[in-house]
Amino acid sequence: MEVLLATMIGTLYAAGIYLMLKRSLVKLIIGVILLGNGANLLIFLLGRIAKGSPPVIPDNSKIFLEAYTDPLPQALILTAIVISFGLQAFAIVLVKRVFQVVKTDDIDEMNTTDAQV
Amino acid sequence: MLTAILLGFIFSLFLVFAGKFIKGRLAVLSALVPLSLFIYFLSFIPQISSGEVIRQNYEWVPSFGLNLNFTLDGLSLLFSLLITGIGFLVFAYTASYLKGHDYLDRFYGYLGMFMGAMLGLVLSDNLLSMFIFWELTSISSFFLIGFNNTSEDSRKSAILALAITGSGGFLLLAGALLLGSVAGTYSITEMIGQSDMIIQSDSYIWILILFFGAAFTKSAQFPFHFWLPGAMKAPTPVSTYLHSATMVKAGIYLLLRFTPVLGGEDVWNTTLITVGGITMFYAAVHTLFRTDLKGVLAYSTISILGLLVFLIGLGTQYALTAAAVYIVVHALYKATLFLITGIIDHETGSRDVTSLAGLRKVMMPVAIAGFLAALSSAGMPPFVGFIGKDLVYESTLDMGSWSLFLTVLAIATNILILYAGFVAGIKPFTGKLPEKFSKVHLPNFLMWVPPLILAVLGIIIGIFPGIINDSLIAPVVDSVGREGGEVKLKLWHGFNLVLGLSAVTLAVGALLYFFFKPSAKKEKDISKLDFIAPKSLILDFGDGFKTFSAKWTYILQNGFLRNYVTTIVLVLVGMVGYSFFIGGNGFVLNSDSFSEITFYEVVIMIVMFVAVAFVVASKSRLGAVVGMGIVGYAICLLFVIYSAPDLAMTQFSIDTLTVILFVLVLSGLPKYLDIVDYKARIRDGIVASSLGIVIFLISLAVLNEPVDKEVSEFYADNAYVLAKGKNVVNVILVDFRGADTFMEIAVLTIAALGVFSLLKLRLDKSENPKK
Repeated sequence: MEVLLATMIGTLYAAGIYLMLKRSLVKLIIGVILLGNGANLLIFLLGRIAKGSPPVIPDNSKIFLEAYTDPLPQALILTAIVISFGLQAFAIVLVKRVFQVVKTDDIDEMNTTDAQV
Repeated sequence: MLTAILLGFIFSLFLVFAGKFIKGRLAVLSALVPLSLFIYFLSFIPQISSGEVIRQNYEWVPSFGLNLNFTLDGLSLLFSLLITGIGFLVFAYTASYLKGHDYLDRFYGYLGMFMGAMLGLVLSDNLLSMFIFWELTSISSFFLIGFNNTSEDSRKSAILALAITGSGGFLLLAGALLLGSVAGTYSITEMIGQSDMIIQSDSYIWILILFFGAAFTKSAQFPFHFWLPGAMKAPTPVSTYLHSATMVKAGIYLLLRFTPVLGGEDVWNTTLITVGGITMFYAAVHTLFRTDLKGVLAYSTISILGLLVFLIGLGTQYALTAAAVYIVVHALYKATLFLITGIIDHETGSRDVTSLAGLRKVMMPVAIAGFLAALSSAGMPPFVGFIGKDLVYESTLDMGSWSLFLTVLAIATNILILYAGFVAGIKPFTGKLPEKFSKVHLPNFLMWVPPLILAVLGIIIGIFPGIINDSLIAPVVDSVGREGGEVKLKLWHGFNLVLGLSAVTLAVGALLYFFFKPSAKKEKDISKLDFIAPKSLILDFGDGFKTFSAKWTYILQNGFLRNYVTTIVLVLVGMVGYSFFIGGNGFVLNSDSFSEITFYEVVIMIVMFVAVAFVVASKSRLGAVVGMGIVGYAICLLFVIYSAPDLAMTQFSIDTLTVILFVLVLSGLPKYLDIVDYKARIRDGIVASSLGIVIFLISLAVLNEPVDKEVSEFYADNAYVLAKGKNVVNVILVDFRGADTFMEIAVLTIAALGVFSLLKLRLDKSENPKK
C-alpha cells in the first residue's frame, strides 16, 4: 500500500506544479490546493501508516496498552489543513477581487503595476 | 591604552554635539587631542627601547575569541608616534587650511575617527579586532576622500577607493578566520610561537594569498594602486595624513606584523620582492608624466610603498632596518611635500607644475621646507633620507645572485623618486616668479610651521641618527625580525660601493631633473596607454560584472510566475536528484514492512487518480473544482482507514467549505482560461512529472529509514498523565502546543477579516473600468 500512496503523492505534486505553471489564476489556486494535499499525505505516510489503531488512549486506561499510530504527524497535518484553508479562502476571494479590477484571469496580463487607462 | 584609542572616537562623537564651537577660532584647539596622545606614546619609549612589550587585555566577546588585546611593542610604537605626531601637525594645519569651511566640524570628526581606528589597528594584538579597525580606517578614508561631496569626481574616487580597500578588507577577514582556525587562537603574539606549524599547514598558501590581497589593496600595490591617485581628490590634509603617512602604510604594517608568523619562506619573499619591485618602478616612471603636484606625489608615494614591500620581501636584517627607517623618512619628507603643495594650492589656486615658479620670493619659509624635504627625498647627505637609501642599497647588494638586478632596480627607482621630490619641493620655488603670482603671500603660521618642523626634523635625525636608533628603529627590528642582530644607524660609512651608488643616484637624478621637464603633452601621450592600465581593466571588469548581473537578474527575476516555479522545481529536482542518485548510497526498495493492499484502497486510489486527471484536464472551472473536491474526500477516506479520525473530520469539513466557497465566489468570473499550447504543455508536463517522480522516490527511500519516535512517545505517555486527555492529537493541539494553536486561530481570524473586507469593499472610481 505504501508504494501506491507514494505514487499518489507524486501524482498530486506533479498535478499541483503542472497547474501552477498555467496562466490561469484559478488553476494556480487549485494547483496550490493539490500540492498542499500531496504534502499532507507525504507527512502522513512518513509518520508510518497502520490500520485500526488511532492515537486515542482506551477508556479504561491511563496509558497506551497496544500499538498506536504516531500522533505527531497527525497534529501537524491538522494544523496544516486548517491554515491552508485560511490561505485558500483568502486567495479565492482575492482572485474574485482582482478580476473585478483588471477583468482578466490571465497571470501574464497582470505582471505590471501600471494602471491601464 | 584603550582610552588612548577611544579618544579619537570620543572626540568625533563630541563634535556631533559640539561641532559649531570648533568651527571658529577654537578649531586649532582640536590639535591638542593628537598632541596629548603623541606625548602619551612618547612616554613609552624608555620601556620599549629596553625590550619591554606592554600588553593590556579587555574581554569583549570572549566566546568568539574576540578580545580587545592591545600590545605596544617597537613596531606599534613607531606607527603610533607617526599617527599621533603627523596627526597633530595635520590637525593644526587643517585649522587654517579649511578655515571657515561649512563642514569643518565634520572634517575633524572623520579625522578623529580615522586616528582612533588607525591607533586601534596598530595596537591590536587580536586579529579580529584588528580587522574591525582596519575596516574603520577604510570607511573614514571613504568619507574623507568624498569630503567635497558636491563634486562628482570626489564621489567617484571615494567609491573606487572604498571598493578596492573594502574588498581587501574582505580578504583580511577571510585570511584572519583561516589563520585563526589553523593556529587555534586569534592572538598575534601566540601565533608567533606557532609559526612553524602554520607554515607547514596546508592552508598556508591560502592564508598568504588572502593576507597579500589585503595588504596590496590597502597599500596600493600594483595592480591595485590606482585608487591612490584618485584619493588625492581629498583635501590636502587628508592626502598628507591618510594617503601618504599612515593609512596606506597599514598594509605595510600588516606585512611587518606577520613577518614573524608567516615570513621567511621562499614564496613570501619572492612574491613581495616581485610585487614591490614592479610597483616601485612602475609608479616611479609614472611620476615623470604627471603635471599635477599631487599626482606626482601620489605616484611617488606608491613607489615608496612598493619599495617598503620590496624591502620586507628581502627580509634580511638590513632590509627590515631599511624598511623601518624608510617609514620614518618617508613620513617626514612626504608629509612636508604634501603640506607645502596644500599651501601652494591654497594661496595660488594652482597645482600645475608647469606654471608654478619662483614662489620662494613670496613664501620663503615654505620654500625652505620644500627644499629640505626634496633633498631628504633625494637621499642627500646629511639628511635622514641618505641613511635610508644607503640601507636599501646594502640590502639589495646582499642578495647573492640577484643582487645586480635588484640593485639596479633600486637605483633606477631612487633616481625617479629624487626627480619627483625635486619637482614637488624645488621646482615651484625656483626660477622667475610669474606676474599672476606676485600678490601671493605667506599663509597663516599654522600652515607653514608644520611642514617646516617636519623638514627640519629630517635633517636633525640625519645628522644625529642616534636619536631614533635605539628608541625607535631597533625595537621595530626586534619585534619583526626572525633573526637577531645589532642595528646601528650611521650617516657615514666611509668610502665604499654603497656611497658610490648614492653618488650615481644623485648625479643622474639631478641631471634628469634639469633636462626632463614635465609637460601637459607628455601627460597626454602617456594617457594613450590608459586602456591597458590596471585601472581601466578593473573598471571594465566592474562594468562587465554589472551588465552580467543585470542580465542574470533578468533571467531569474523576469516577472513571470511560471518561470519562478519552473526554476525552483528544476533546482530542487536537480539537487535532490543528484544527491539521491549520484551522491547517495543507491536506492534499495525493501517492501517487507509495507502493509498489504486491499480492494477498498485500490478503489479509492483509482478514484483519486481519475479525479486528479479530471482536475488537470477539465475545460470547465466547475469540473475542476468538483474534481478537487473528490480528491479531498478520497484523502478523507484514507485518513479514516489509517487511524486518523481527527484528520478525517477536519479534512471533510474544510474540503466541503473550500468547494462551496469556490462555487459561490467564482460564479461571476470570466470564461475559464484554457490556452492550448502543446509545446508549453509538454514542457510543463516534464517539469511537473520530474518533481512528482523525485518526491515518489524520496518518500519510498525515507520509509526505509528508521523513525525516531521520542517526541511522539513523550506526548503519548503524558497525554493523560499530565493533560488529562485521551485523544493524543487533540491534547497536543490544545494543550502541549496550545500557544501555537492560539496563533493559528489568530491567523485564521486575520484571513477571515481579509476575506470579509475584500468582499465588502466597493471599487473606487479609478479601479472600475466601466466608468
